[in-house]
Amino acid sequence: MLRLNCPVCGLRDETEFSYLGDATVQRPGMGNTDPAAWSDFVFIRDNPRGAHSELWHHVSGCRQWLVVERDTATHKIGTCRLAREDVR
Amino acid sequence: MYHSIRTVPIDWEQLVSHYSALSILKNAVRGNRGWARAWRDPEPKPAYDVIIVGGGGHGLATAYYLAKEHGITNVAVLEKGWLGGGNTGRNTTIVRSNYMIPGNTMFYERSMKLWENLSQDLNYNVMMSQRGQYHLGHSPAQMDGLRRRGNIMRANGIDAAMLTREEVRKQVPFLDYTQSARFPVHGALYQGRAGTARHDAVAWGYARGADKRGVDIIQQCEVTGFLRENGRISGVQTTRGEIRASKVGLAVAGHTSILGQMAGLRLPIESHSLQAFVTEPLKPMIDAVVSYGAAHFYISQSDKGGLVLGGDLDGYNSYAQRGGLPIVEHTLASAKSLVPAISRLRLLRHWAGVMDMTMDGSPIIAKTPVGGLYLNGGWCYGGFKATPASGWCFAWTIAKDMPHEDNARFTLDRFARGYQLDEKATGPQPNLQ
Repeated sequence: MLRLNCPVCGLRDETEFSYLGDATVQRPGMGNTDPAAWSDFVFIRDNPRGAHSELWHHVSGCRQWLVVERDTATHKIGTCRLAREDVR
Repeated sequence: MYHSIRTVPIDWEQLVSHYSALSILKNAVRGNRGWARAWRDPEPKPAYDVIIVGGGGHGLATAYYLAKEHGITNVAVLEKGWLGGGNTGRNTTIVRSNYMIPGNTMFYERSMKLWENLSQDLNYNVMMSQRGQYHLGHSPAQMDGLRRRGNIMRANGIDAAMLTREEVRKQVPFLDYTQSARFPVHGALYQGRAGTARHDAVAWGYARGADKRGVDIIQQCEVTGFLRENGRISGVQTTRGEIRASKVGLAVAGHTSILGQMAGLRLPIESHSLQAFVTEPLKPMIDAVVSYGAAHFYISQSDKGGLVLGGDLDGYNSYAQRGGLPIVEHTLASAKSLVPAISRLRLLRHWAGVMDMTMDGSPIIAKTPVGGLYLNGGWCYGGFKATPASGWCFAWTIAKDMPHEDNARFTLDRFARGYQLDEKATGPQPNLQ
């Protein structure tokens, strides 16, 4: 059982969360008409073995989106922060 | 002149190395001291015609068919651990060909046809058991979906039968048919030629067959990088030195992104953990493969008597070959909901493998944009059943530098071009597949 330290709710079981995936993926600007940029955004992932930034939704808690730093080889959890803090 | 059949020397090596009732007898007479190892353990040569990275079922099958079908025998299979120690030895051993998306259907049927003759072809008993598979439906809409799938299978010459609830009940009476069943059984799509095979034997049989045809199988040899000349791949760097080849094929599902990154490829793949389970042994109870239609769950019984269960991905990117407890609970809840009689059974073992999850749930067997580099990966849940056709098609692709018709749609650029093979229609979200 992974336990994520939600900044709003505290330490909670993974079963309260829903997983989306790689948090480093950025949606291209709506004016970007390059098909390759959109194809990369939708399909292509770095898929690292090791440190991974990822989006989790605290769907059974505060319903906030989190960016969690986790190691994909050891499952060691690093920092958990609110995703909205990353919005530029 | 006196001629006798006795003047022909008996080829003892051939007699004992070809597995048969006679070889058992011959070896018994010689005190069973004549059994040779099934494949050699050679030192890597400086160069080969083809290098296959990954000594699992797919890599070994590729080497076998390169030698057998295309006469390319100067081949090395490089394995970082031991043969079949990855997903080949971690799956639930189910073999079936009930796919309906063009591109998948005939590929998996090719695999089924190879499975049906595999033990004879390899002279190695892979314990192929065509015990049949019931894909259950739990609502009228789901039965419509299964009927469509079954019709597509039959239109392609693949066996499929729709069974009513009563027919299913007669044949697999241990499911929950009560009024209180959470997901009532409405019927099933049945494929009689589906079944199970012994997964280790598949790796070992292909290894032995490839080795006999001259392929070098090199274990404890991890690829750490690629050699390049004029922008093309010209070999690999390994923990046992540089090995050259003008063609390098990757068959490392689970770690395709890692090897791809070494070659400068970014791929439409995420790695996820998938668990499998075996219970304590029972007397014969479940004589077929049963797939739950309401949850992602499938069950069969091994020849040793243990029930073999499988379920969902753990749901987050992982390279750890171990699973988390929430999925253990979820899978066992599915088991109990489908087969209430096993609710008190104890779990003997559970483990996990690392799946290459592609963004459409279908595999990749193709040339890559990097010259000399060929990719076999992205097997998602479906790798084991695909092993023979995967090796067969990958060998074809490497030997002829072009795909066979049966893997022509398993390209790498299908995502960018909008030709995804999304069998389950889940979209580009691997943990939903």
